[in-house]
Amino acid sequence: MPITVPRMGYIHIPIKAMLEHVGLEVIVPPLCSRRTLSLGTQHSPESACLPLKINLGNYLEAREIGADTILMAGGLGPCRFGYYAQVQREILYDLGIDMKMVVLEPPDTSFSDLMYDVRTLANGKSWPTIIKAVQLAWYKARAIDLAEIKLQQIRPREKSQGGADRIFDKAVVEIEQVDNRNDIYAAAHRAMADMGELPQKTEFQPVKIAVVGEIYTILEPFVNLDMERHLGRMGAEVSRSVYLSEWINDHIFRGIIPIKSNKRLRKLAKPYLNHFVGGHGWETVGGTVDYAQQGFDGVIQLAPLTCMPEIVAQTILPRVSKDHGIPVMSIYVDEQTGKAGLVTRLEAFVDLIYRQKYAQTGVM
Amino acid sequence: MVKVGIPRGLFYYYFFPLWCDFFHNLGAEVVLSQPTNKKILNRGVSLAVDEACLPVKLFYGHVVDLADKVDYLFLPRLVSTAQKEYICPKFMGLPDMIKAADIKLPHLIEVDFDLSKTEKAAQKAAVTMGSYLTNSRIKIRKAWHLARFSQQQYELLLEKGQSPMQALELWTGERDYCHEEQQETERPVLGLLGHGYNIYDRHISMDIIQRLHKQGARVVTAENIPDAIIENEAAKLPKRMFWTLGKRQIGAALHLMKRPDIKGIIHVASFGCGPDSLVGELVERYIRRAGTMPFLFLTIDEHTGEAGLVTRLEAFWDMIVRRDTLCQ
Repeated sequence: MPITVPRMGYIHIPIKAMLEHVGLEVIVPPLCSRRTLSLGTQHSPESACLPLKINLGNYLEAREIGADTILMAGGLGPCRFGYYAQVQREILYDLGIDMKMVVLEPPDTSFSDLMYDVRTLANGKSWPTIIKAVQLAWYKARAIDLAEIKLQQIRPREKSQGGADRIFDKAVVEIEQVDNRNDIYAAAHRAMADMGELPQKTEFQPVKIAVVGEIYTILEPFVNLDMERHLGRMGAEVSRSVYLSEWINDHIFRGIIPIKSNKRLRKLAKPYLNHFVGGHGWETVGGTVDYAQQGFDGVIQLAPLTCMPEIVAQTILPRVSKDHGIPVMSIYVDEQTGKAGLVTRLEAFVDLIYRQKYAQTGVM
Repeated sequence: MVKVGIPRGLFYYYFFPLWCDFFHNLGAEVVLSQPTNKKILNRGVSLAVDEACLPVKLFYGHVVDLADKVDYLFLPRLVSTAQKEYICPKFMGLPDMIKAADIKLPHLIEVDFDLSKTEKAAQKAAVTMGSYLTNSRIKIRKAWHLARFSQQQYELLLEKGQSPMQALELWTGERDYCHEEQQETERPVLGLLGHGYNIYDRHISMDIIQRLHKQGARVVTAENIPDAIIENEAAKLPKRMFWTLGKRQIGAALHLMKRPDIKGIIHVASFGCGPDSLVGELVERYIRRAGTMPFLFLTIDEHTGEAGLVTRLEAFWDMIVRRDTLCQ
């Protein structure tokens, strides 16, 4: 039973490593493309949020190359994500596509349900093997994030554009292929060193822009139309509120690994937003405060159109922006979003920030 | 007398009797915003972000309408009204959203209703709500107890087939007795699904229920169906539905689909409604699969024109009447 998982940035790399380690065959859907989007959009509810549509496109494309089982996460609400798998299953059923859907639900009625799911997937492999597989996944997720953080710093500074991206892309391929801790981190560190040696603009001070918002749109470059790369080339150093490894640590490992955690963002969101609102709405508001306090020059909120938690955050952000004196721009993406429109808005935003910054320092 | 304002939007349609009687029992005068009109809607639309859904935008308008007329504005945070269930993320953020808007607000009665873990949280919430008006725990407890009784009465009226608009008029004082609705059993019955704050608001639903009545239909909504039936039907889903209103929609749909007296089902959703984008999809798929029931899905927003809505309702109704005569 070849298993597939939806794409979200580089998440398929750790998941694939984990599943293959316990002896499963994994078929990763092709890179998200116009075709993925069009296949997904065609069969999805019109006003559903974008990730649901792209997931569906991923399944259909993975099916074409031999996958017959889908591994998907569930949830307990109130964000729509918790019901994705249910709707996607009905859509596939009506399309006459016979794919088994394995949904990993967070412990709902009993924790043993979840354990049972994992054990079923793992073909009853021993616990040490399962633990080893999870560790492997973690190393890969972390290594990619470390390299990507370096990439975000180098992009605006490199003299000839694209060099750092090439090194990073090569490192990702390498991390995907090797399967022990030392090789994984060695690949990441080599890439970081190589990027550091690229010729850089010496006098140039990039503006610092943070991307906050909904996790899928932040992590999947196809749906955000490679926003970070564009920002980097416009001379902005980008940081984002969610990195995959931090998310895994917060939500799956319950924060036991001592790296940056997003939990503290909830405290920072007060007094603007005083309650959990599902998804990442709370973290979006807290993240904006956090980045303002860190001295960032601007914040971009990114979310799929009609995303409920992000609409709550968007409503509140103007006040945060005013109180903390940081420009905030909200961007929603859906299947209609075009590259030219998005890039124009990014340019205008970066331009505004440059002017503001230089006006303050008196250069302009 | 202290004036407590309750906006005529969102959860008003579900909980007004409870809240109204609670504050009333504590000696406050309850002031409602006006029934929705164009001015209220336009104000709301101008204050809310574009991406918000129609009922949320409208709520802003009702808040503004009350803001300078009352001492306190009741603005609860409705997280959950039943165990392991939620309403919509926007309800959870609503007080913060309103506070972030450019509105000069009176004192707020703020309280979190989160019954997702335990039902007892309601009592605690009542104490918080009541403490804005009195220090006496005993008075609060008594007022809450009586108010819950009123709420039960309200829900009973709905189960008997009263429309919420009529039943609510009893509590708003716009009507002083509840007359039994004429039950003309020979009229065809339509199921009307949709969130109460959309379908019972005469302005934004363009009086859809009255319109259907005039066309010659009787209308059954989810609120007219006993909870036990809805629970039972919704339990057939492969995964528990975690939205309270979504569960109600889908439970009602599954129930209505099977009823021989129901001739068709209409689902009204506001544009951009998150839960409905998935719940509506499931309802439509289940109904299509059964293949026995005509189904109409209507999306409304602040730009919806009356003519378009009327045309679609008329066409749907004509189809049902024709289908009905052909079958006989």
